[in-house]
Amino acid sequence: MRFLLRRLGFYLLSAWVALTINFLLPRLMPGDPATALFARFRGRLGPEAMQALRETFGLTEAPLLSQYVTYLGHVLRGDLGISVAYFPSPVSAVIGTGLVWTVFLAGSAVAISFAIGTLLGLAAAWWRRGWMDTWLPSTLVFIGAFPYFWLAMVALYVFGFGLGWFPLGHAYADDLTPSFSATFFADVARHAALPVATMVLATLGGWLLSMRNTMITVLGSDYVNLARAKGLAPSRVALRYAARNALLPSVTGLGMALGFVLGGSLLTEIVFSYPGQGYLLVQAVRNQDYPLMQGIFLVITLAVLGANWLVDLAYLWLDPRIRESAS
Amino acid sequence: MAQTSGVSAWWGAIRRDRKATSGAVLLALFALIGIAGPWLVGDPQALVGIPLQPPSLQHWLGTTGQGQDVLAQLVVGTRVSLAIGFAVGLVVVLVGAFVGITAGYFGGRVDGLLSLLFNVFLVIPGLPLAIVIAAYLPSGPLTLGLVLIVTGWAWNARVLRAQTLSQRQRDFVAAAIVTGESDFRIITREILPTMTSLLVAQVIGSTVYAIGAQVGLEFLGLGDVSAVTWGTNLYWAQNDSALLTGAWWTFAPTGLCVALVGFGLTMLNSGFDEITNPRLQLERAWRAHLFARGHKATRSTPVVVDHD
Repeated sequence: MRFLLRRLGFYLLSAWVALTINFLLPRLMPGDPATALFARFRGRLGPEAMQALRETFGLTEAPLLSQYVTYLGHVLRGDLGISVAYFPSPVSAVIGTGLVWTVFLAGSAVAISFAIGTLLGLAAAWWRRGWMDTWLPSTLVFIGAFPYFWLAMVALYVFGFGLGWFPLGHAYADDLTPSFSATFFADVARHAALPVATMVLATLGGWLLSMRNTMITVLGSDYVNLARAKGLAPSRVALRYAARNALLPSVTGLGMALGFVLGGSLLTEIVFSYPGQGYLLVQAVRNQDYPLMQGIFLVITLAVLGANWLVDLAYLWLDPRIRESAS
Repeated sequence: MAQTSGVSAWWGAIRRDRKATSGAVLLALFALIGIAGPWLVGDPQALVGIPLQPPSLQHWLGTTGQGQDVLAQLVVGTRVSLAIGFAVGLVVVLVGAFVGITAGYFGGRVDGLLSLLFNVFLVIPGLPLAIVIAAYLPSGPLTLGLVLIVTGWAWNARVLRAQTLSQRQRDFVAAAIVTGESDFRIITREILPTMTSLLVAQVIGSTVYAIGAQVGLEFLGLGDVSAVTWGTNLYWAQNDSALLTGAWWTFAPTGLCVALVGFGLTMLNSGFDEITNPRLQLERAWRAHLFARGHKATRSTPVVVDHD
């Protein structure tokens, strides 16, 4: 319990740092941020509305500290400002529509990649110097060297454009309305197949190597030798004895990888015109929509922090040493 | 560690290991293209023909959506992208080394604070942060470099802190402290030389990161879109709907180059790892020993006995 609380404290601190970066960036950057921010609104809004907007963003003449307090208050109430690109929708509403798709895409890619990569790594270490151990890692490392979104472009070109096996973009067909029906879910899966597959392919090598390398060390340790000497079934030695411990570094890496995969997912979404955060991000960059950009940064950071806490829970379950020292 | 054997030892190490050799050859090739290539291909921005022509004898890699030569853009992009990649890789490790070694060497409250700092930076997702910072700054190579450094240094700091922490407890450091050497001298003369191979590995790894992240940011349109780099080439390919018109030649060669450079660097790194990792070294010697006697190596992990 103490372990989880300490981690929770760390994530809260990280969230606060992200918030503070978000607050300070527009104020530290060269030029008058308010002017830059509101130049986009000029012509569309009267002076009173501009003043009201300034106050919503906390970009007033007030001292920095009181601006900061106002800003934190707004964020805590879920008010992230008004989007420029989707004016006059509030940023929180704009982000809300895309968040589900991004979490779905990145989440399933990480889960699938982690599961398959770890199993392959386990197999490579167990049948050391077999074909799996010789060819698979270097092939996957080579594939992993491609930028995610480039793999996505190739996949879209070959399987979408060339062969026509998969749709060319979007999360579901235009003529379908979202509902809890088998047809809708099947269609979502068909649209997600290519983006998820490219992300899985790009990240598989990392999980494989991490698992393989620790597994080799663990397989050489005394307790595994003892388990073997006792005549336990090889599958039991591999899975129950060695794999469980060898999994620990990979699980630690999982927390780190989440942010990275989410970044890659944003770029992949752009290629597939997937309606997630990545698509919004491009709109934000094109339209210099700072409130939207910052909102996306904040929401993604919070999502990653939350997911990291779940990874900590998994770690606690896997590693009895932490449980022991905590209780 | 003798200074004289330094360069030649690394050189010999690269030549002995097949992976490292192929990585080094690949990188040398790209370095050559980056240095000499731009003089051979002419102006990459010049409109030389009909847009979206497939590869032909006249334009080996076809033309872009604007009618520029893809090969010329690729070659000129190589110079810029590699230069930024290597420079950022180096600086990222320098920053990481400064923070990590300071934290690991001085320990206590300094360590607590610095560790907290890099752990926070590790958990905040890099790409969204990079985008937010880059969007506020004027676009250009300097902004790009700065953003990549801000989002990339933390991992190096974490690894180097751990390494410094373990070196700090060794006898030779204790001896240096007792002799009354200054902290600066102990760090630069006693601790740093033991970490040379780790630092080289980190520079290589950080360069891979820097090239990938740079291409990603430019693809989003956050670089200088009027410059010619690998990332902006892909940005324009996406913008000109290269995919939907079937113009594979506008994006395929660039991605291939990014991957080849990344793969070359990774190969070089894993080659170094096998050279400098005593465990892998011993295993290799053991297998050679068995092989010479006509035995087949089985699964075993040799244990290195620490003799100090």
